[in-house]
Amino acid sequence: MTTQASSSSQAAQTSASRASASQTSDERVVHVLEFPGGYTRSTGPVIGRFLTGLRSGRLFGVRMPDGRVLVPPTEYDPQTAAALGTADEDWVEVGPAGTVTTWTWVDDPRPDHPLDRPFAWALIRPDGADTALLHAVDSGSKAAMATGMRVHPTWRAERTGAVKDIACFAPGEGPAEVPALVPAPDGEAELEPVSMVTLPHRLEYRLRGGTVWNHFIDGMAVGQIRGTRCAKCGKVFVPPRGACPGDGVPATEWVDLPDTGVLTTFAVNNVPAAGAPEVPFISGYVLLDGADIAMLALVSDVPWQEVRIGMRVRGVWVPDAERTRSVKNLKWFAPTGEPDVPFEQFEEYV
Amino acid sequence: MRDVAVVAFAQSEHSFSDLGWTEADLVMPLVNEVLSVTGMDRSEIGFTCSGSNDYLVGTPFSFVAALDTIGAWPPIAESHVEQDGAWALYEAWVRMQHGDIDAALVYGFGKGTIGDQVGISSLSYDPYYLAPLVPGHIAMAGLQARALKDAGFDVDPDPTPPPATDGAAAVILAAGEVARRVCSRPAWITGLDHRIEPHAIGSRDLTHSPSTREAAARAGVRPGVVDFAELHTRFEHEEVLLRRELGLDEKTVVNPSGGPRKADPIMATGLIRIGEAAARIHDGSAQRAVAHAASGPCLQHNLVCVLAADTASDLVSEGER
Repeated sequence: MTTQASSSSQAAQTSASRASASQTSDERVVHVLEFPGGYTRSTGPVIGRFLTGLRSGRLFGVRMPDGRVLVPPTEYDPQTAAALGTADEDWVEVGPAGTVTTWTWVDDPRPDHPLDRPFAWALIRPDGADTALLHAVDSGSKAAMATGMRVHPTWRAERTGAVKDIACFAPGEGPAEVPALVPAPDGEAELEPVSMVTLPHRLEYRLRGGTVWNHFIDGMAVGQIRGTRCAKCGKVFVPPRGACPGDGVPATEWVDLPDTGVLTTFAVNNVPAAGAPEVPFISGYVLLDGADIAMLALVSDVPWQEVRIGMRVRGVWVPDAERTRSVKNLKWFAPTGEPDVPFEQFEEYV
Repeated sequence: MRDVAVVAFAQSEHSFSDLGWTEADLVMPLVNEVLSVTGMDRSEIGFTCSGSNDYLVGTPFSFVAALDTIGAWPPIAESHVEQDGAWALYEAWVRMQHGDIDAALVYGFGKGTIGDQVGISSLSYDPYYLAPLVPGHIAMAGLQARALKDAGFDVDPDPTPPPATDGAAAVILAAGEVARRVCSRPAWITGLDHRIEPHAIGSRDLTHSPSTREAAARAGVRPGVVDFAELHTRFEHEEVLLRRELGLDEKTVVNPSGGPRKADPIMATGLIRIGEAAARIHDGSAQRAVAHAASGPCLQHNLVCVLAADTASDLVSEGER
C-alpha cells in the first residue's frame, strides 16, 4: 500500500458500532423493475401473419411436414426444425371454435390477466388444427369446465395484432361476431401486416436491505460514509461489501471514512437522462482517503472545463434538516482547492 | 469420458422469508464449506460456474455480486448460466472433459421470496403467444396435472406451488486422482445429459416427457439398481411422470431429502438434487443414485445425472479380477 490514499487509511477510524443498525432496518422496501413502453420484438413472417389474422378476427395455422396443422404457428417445425409457412398453400384457416384439451382454474385473477373474474386457462385445439393454443376460458365457474368441452373465441374491438386480440374463449360453438376494428382503419388495405409486438414489463419486489447495506445507509443518514475492511488483505471497500472480492472472505470490520478524496476519472455528460441532473453534468470516480476502491459520484460546484483527474474533492451534503435515510444525502463532490494528487499515487485504483 | 466426481456439497439453511441476505451472504459460507471439507485451496479450482436468474431480485447483473465470494481477483476462469445451478454443473463437467483442469466449483442461488413468481416465470415463456397472458408457473403446472388426471394418473389436478424460498448450494467437482485424494468416497458422475422439448406448449403431449426419457437413456439410468433418486418435482404430480420416464421402479426411494416440495431455493433447487444424491453416496447409504433437474413450463427441459460409488473403469477392472 504505497499511495497517498492508502497511507491515510491508518488514520481512518474503525467503527465499533456495527450492531447499531437503525430501527427502520427491518422495513421492506418496494423495488420496481420496469421498462417503460415495454419490450418490442419483431415477429418475423410467420408469427406476424398469424397476428395479422387475429387483428382481422381470424385464426390461421401452418401445415407441418407430416401434414398436421400447427396453431399457433412458428417458423420452424417443433419436431424436425424444418422451415414452416414459407408458401401460401401451407397456411390453413382453422376454428374459430375448438376443443379444450386441458385446463386449470384461476380463482384470483391478476390485473394483467385477460379477465377480471375467475376463469380457466385452457389449451384449446381449434377445429382443423392438430395442436393447441393457450388462452382464457370465461366459463363462469369451475364446475362448468371440462376437458373436451367446445369453446369459441370472443374478440376485442381494439385489436392490434397480438394474442390479447382474443378477449377470451367462451363455451359453445359460436362463432362470436367480430366487432369492427377500433380505431377504424381508413380501409383494410391501409393496415400494414403486423411485424412488431410490444410486451409491457413491470415487476414489483418487496425486499429488505442486508445488514451491510443498512449500516451503510444509517451512516449516510447522519452524514457519515462507512466502508468495510477485509481482514485478510486490509483493503477498505466503499460502498461497503460483505465479502472481499479478492479473497472471498467476509469483510465485516467497519471503517468510518472521511468525505474527502481524489477524482480518479470523470465524464462530462451531455445526454439528458431521467433522474439525472441537468446537462452538462459531471460523473466521476472518487477514491476517498482511506478507501481502496473508487466510488461513483457526481462532481459539481466547478465549471466542467476545469475538472481534472487528480483533483482533490470533498463531499457536499444536503442540510441536516433535509437528510433522509438515503445515499442522496451526499449531493456531489466539489473541489477542495488543495493541490492535485500526482497520477502515480492513485494509478492502482484507476 | 474422463472420470469426474462430486466430491463436496453444501447448501444453505434455506429461508421462507427475506432475511436481507445478499448474493454474497448466501453463497460465501457454502463456498468456504466445500473448500474446507475437501481441504482444497482456491488456487486448485480450475473453473467456476454459477447458475442464477437476475429477474428474481430485479437487478441486472446481480450474479456478478456473488463473484465477491469466490475470490475473483486476480481474474479466474469463470462462467455463468441464467439457469438452475444444475446446468452450471453440466457446463463445468463438460469443461473438465477437456482434460486440462482437475477441479471445478459450481454454485447456484436464488431469492424466491421477494418477487412476483407468476410474473417472473411468465417472462421466461414464449414472448409472442404465452408471456402476454401472464399464465405463470402454477397454471402451467395445472395444465399438466389436469392432463395427467384425464389420462388416468392418480394425481391432484389442482397443484399447489412449493414454498417460496431463499437459498443456495455449492458443489466441487474433481477428476480422477484428485477426487480420490480429497474425498474418501467420491460420487462419480457415470452419466449426465439434458434434453429439451418444444417451446410451443400446445404442441407437446403433456402426459409424456420424451426429453426426460431421452436424457435418462443417454445418461445410462438403466440398467442397474437405483437406490435413491432426487427429482426436481416442484409440483406433486410430476413425480409419477418422472418415475415412469426415468424407468424407476418401486424400490427406488424418491427425494429422501424432502425434495423441492420442502424447500425450493429457485436456481439452486436442481443443483441441490445432484448434491443430495451425491451425499447419499458420500455417506455410504447408496451405491448408485439418480438426480434430475428441470426447467421451463411443464417439465420442458430435463437434466439427468447418474452418480455411483464406482467409476465405469472400476467396474471393468473388478470384472477382470
